Amino acid sequence: MDIRNELKYSKDHEWVRIEDGIATVGISDFAQQALGDVVFVELPEIGTTLSTGQTFGVVESVKAVSDIYAPVAGEVVSINEELPDTPDQINSSPYEDGWLVKIKLADSPADGELMDAEAYRACIAEQ
Amino acid sequence: MLKTTPLNKIHRQLGARMVDFGGWDMPVQYSGVIAEHLAVRTAAGLFDVSHMGEIEVRGADALAYIQQLTTNDASKLSDGQVQYSAMCYKNGGVVDDLTLYRFAADHYLFCVNASNIEKDFAWMQEVLNNGEYTDVSLTNRSDSFAQLALQGPRADAILAKLTDTDLEAIEYYRFAEGEVAGAATIISRTGYTGEAGFELYFAPEQAETIWQALMEAGAPEGLLPIGLGARDTLRLEKKYALYGHELSSQITPLEGGIAWITKLDKPSFIGKEPLCQMKNAGVPRRLVGLRMTEPGVPREHYPVFIGDQEVGIVTSGTMSPSLRVGIALALISTGHHSIGTEVSIGIRNRQVAAEIVKTPFV
Repeated sequence: MDIRNELKYSKDHEWVRIEDGIATVGISDFAQQALGDVVFVELPEIGTTLSTGQTFGVVESVKAVSDIYAPVAGEVVSINEELPDTPDQINSSPYEDGWLVKIKLADSPADGELMDAEAYRACIAEQ
Repeated sequence: MLKTTPLNKIHRQLGARMVDFGGWDMPVQYSGVIAEHLAVRTAAGLFDVSHMGEIEVRGADALAYIQQLTTNDASKLSDGQVQYSAMCYKNGGVVDDLTLYRFAADHYLFCVNASNIEKDFAWMQEVLNNGEYTDVSLTNRSDSFAQLALQGPRADAILAKLTDTDLEAIEYYRFAEGEVAGAATIISRTGYTGEAGFELYFAPEQAETIWQALMEAGAPEGLLPIGLGARDTLRLEKKYALYGHELSSQITPLEGGIAWITKLDKPSFIGKEPLCQMKNAGVPRRLVGLRMTEPGVPREHYPVFIGDQEVGIVTSGTMSPSLRVGIALALISTGHHSIGTEVSIGIRNRQVAAEIVKTPFV
């Protein structure tokens, strides 16, 4: 299981990398393994405003449909345009090529809203 | 408490993801659904299908009883032959679909769906009790058999390494009794993937030995263990019905795409009268194949539209690993079901374009 110390994680198994007020969001290695082969991705339009916890897209594996939830609030400023054609990047490279969206933060995430790597390890150990 | 097959320990050793499948603890995938699916299409795959049920019918009146019980014409079977068939309720709904093995004029074996074993046996008992069959005995032998499916273009080459039985002599939908890896085995040229291959029946105590022998013999041929995930995508690409999806007590065989095994010209069978009436009045809906023409994955229960009119419902759907496009089976109102019809599928809050296509899909 690849859990990266430099990232934050949500309870819904999204990861977040915050740089200069922009949060890059993807799904964790744990989540992609649980899903299995990802075959379809639906992402929001650029400019969509999201509140924390809001459904903003869908990741489908051969067998299952999974909603993805905004781990932070803000405006979608970029989406991974390659994913509709190569959704398996989410399996092969969940933290790099398989990123989903970039969100311009409305506010800094509140304390405790996101987990650090250690807390996330403990979270998935319970599942 | 989930039921387990004799191979449960091996599945766990192989790191399979296990799921509750109709009360059975079964592997849904090992290496991944797409890789497993493609291995079966291009090389070979090994499936643990020991959860399937086996019900034996013996006696001088066996054929008369089976003719009443099933929709296909069992009188056409010779010894060593297998027939795909179904059992219907009196109203024409489907009890189960099955394969029927004839060992002798007075000895048959039903292979039925795992989740239906108890229901099927109870129904078969009820039909037996209500009929005038002086010499029929019925035995649920599901615990006496483990079952593996070896499927794919390399299946013959793999099995030939482990048996003296002349596999070439076993034609499609026929079987032989022989030995595999030293164990007494029913070798049946049948399967649920649309590929060449076999279904093997043997004593549960032999399951681990035969599994390991097949995996070793198959390794150079590209054999992979295959879970329920790929079993479903493989059968869907070939338009094979799955009970609970394309067939059920609420769906007749004429609607569910198995009219070809429903012999309405047979003198009598349970469900024949309502099915004849349905045929004469016009079958209200038909099972068709859909192929997405826009990106999207159709799933069971999604509605199907022509314009704004809802004309049907998806019974099974997936992203086809072979075609890399969304495909589905759907029950569509008669009159809207012709090949080439442009439809849309309600996927979440959108209508996504699809087309009714010829089946099988591959």
